Amino acid sequence: MDDTAIRARGLRKFFGTTRVLDGVDLTVPAGTLLALLGPNGSGKTTTVRILTTLLAADSGSATVAGHDVRRESAAVRRAIGLTAQHATVDELLTGRENLELFAGLHHLRRGDVRRRASELLDRFDLAAAANRPVATYSGGMRRRLDLAASMVAEPHVLFLDEPTTGLDPRSRAELWSVIRELLAEGTTILLTTQYLDEADQLADRIAVIDHGRIVADDTPDALKGQVGSERLVLRLARDEDLPSAAAWLSTDGDGADAGPHLDADARTITMAIHHPDRLRRALTQLHEADITVAQVELRTPTLDDVFFELTKAAA
Amino acid sequence: MSTTTATARTPQPLQPGVDRATTGGDLGRLVARALRREARRLDALFVNLALPVGIMVVFVYVFGGALTTGASGLDYIDFVVPAVLLLSAGYGAALTAANVAEDMNGGMVDRLRTLPINSWVVPASHVIASLVRNVVTAGLALAAAIALGFRPDAAVLDWALVLALVSGYVLAMSAIAVVWGLLVRSTQAAEAFSFIVLFLPYLSDGFVPAETMPSLLRGFAEHQPITPLVETTRALLLDQPIGNAGWLAAAWIAVAVATSVPIAAVLFRRRTR
Repeated sequence: MDDTAIRARGLRKFFGTTRVLDGVDLTVPAGTLLALLGPNGSGKTTTVRILTTLLAADSGSATVAGHDVRRESAAVRRAIGLTAQHATVDELLTGRENLELFAGLHHLRRGDVRRRASELLDRFDLAAAANRPVATYSGGMRRRLDLAASMVAEPHVLFLDEPTTGLDPRSRAELWSVIRELLAEGTTILLTTQYLDEADQLADRIAVIDHGRIVADDTPDALKGQVGSERLVLRLARDEDLPSAAAWLSTDGDGADAGPHLDADARTITMAIHHPDRLRRALTQLHEADITVAQVELRTPTLDDVFFELTKAAA
Repeated sequence: MSTTTATARTPQPLQPGVDRATTGGDLGRLVARALRREARRLDALFVNLALPVGIMVVFVYVFGGALTTGASGLDYIDFVVPAVLLLSAGYGAALTAANVAEDMNGGMVDRLRTLPINSWVVPASHVIASLVRNVVTAGLALAAAIALGFRPDAAVLDWALVLALVSGYVLAMSAIAVVWGLLVRSTQAAEAFSFIVLFLPYLSDGFVPAETMPSLLRGFAEHQPITPLVETTRALLLDQPIGNAGWLAAAWIAVAVATSVPIAAVLFRRRTR
């Protein structure tokens, strides 16, 4: 048996004339978690929908649990679980009724349907709310029920499309620990997220997707290593000096890929420091330009930096 | 011979007992789900249980005294019962549009489609649940009518035909409602269908004789599908000659089902591709 749980090659998808996926390649070894990381509209959900047989790709191929998603969709469906972005449980049914419905539709035997529903309710900490309609559940409880519903048939491969979006930090942490447990039991997981820390926390590998293309696919550490150097973060005494400061600093490029750039909040400048001497020269440059630096911070690169690096070319 | 499958990371399925998959079984589970949903919705319960009784009371006691039955010479209660039966059952059937839209626009349809089932059982389950609900609703309306003094004069065969006619009408309305529910992109827009269906019987021969209407409306009333349905039901319940209304009613139902089911199938495929 192949050790690859998910393999996608050259997936392309158009919605009308809009190119949503532009040749996505992914490989997820069995028993590992791949985080598909990207901003809104980058093609994460479309990729998941193709891999879970909900959508046909215009070209390219994919296998999940050894089965072709297009030609053997029934076999794929028996092997997978999906927690989609929007809650996919019945609001009017109770938690237990939802799980029993899905267990029945997975064709578990009658006795096993009840047993499996009870197991999952206990495991996902929903036993106390089992007989309440889902409409009364909190966001975190609903997500856990959604995840439980995906686990009914003990899938080998689990797809989680932005599982923690909109959750409070506590519910998020709870969900993370459940995901780690499932991973420890050998489930293969493809998780999409917009949160870099989530990918860093959970993933064996991270694939960064932007404008329908995979722009990087590596381990979290290797991705950070790829950017490879420390980051200098500068805050200036006067915000209006920021553009000219960035321009001054740019004149001393040392061939590095992370030149100075204004950060999203437009209050700080971040730049890569490939050699310790660069720090001294940077501060000298600003001093000579009569720009007062209010705060200096040196830090190791985060996934945010990686993301900025990888997607700036396309932006 | 690879031994990697025996490593700790490879999933070991528990292999829970799996029943032989049957489409009939899946349909049954989803019909049970749809009926359970209805039982939990106050508005749906009201439409299915209180509305038929309420409309019957209003027409017999409130409007009945003032309304004429024209050349038929019938008591008003005898005249109006078939229309109330069809109105109540049809209105309930129209709610199918909202149920289908809710499944399609929420995430539920995605979950159901990743299960190893035929996905067409999802809309089909709503139609069957609607049939069950609304035949019961029609039965309630009939019971209310009898309590209010309606005295049907129908043989066993006539009752069987009335049941077939009401079922056929509910089936046709539910199938059209599925088409509507698949066309619109919101549950609110889906609910608009109920109002059309609620209005249609008033413009028929069901509540007042068509001959009392202005000529334009009369033309509509005489040729719209509710009129032969009402006239056939009335004739069956009161043991009167049916004329060609029976064939017309059957033809309307057959055409509605035969066109809306394939359209629904195409729309469902398109929405889920």
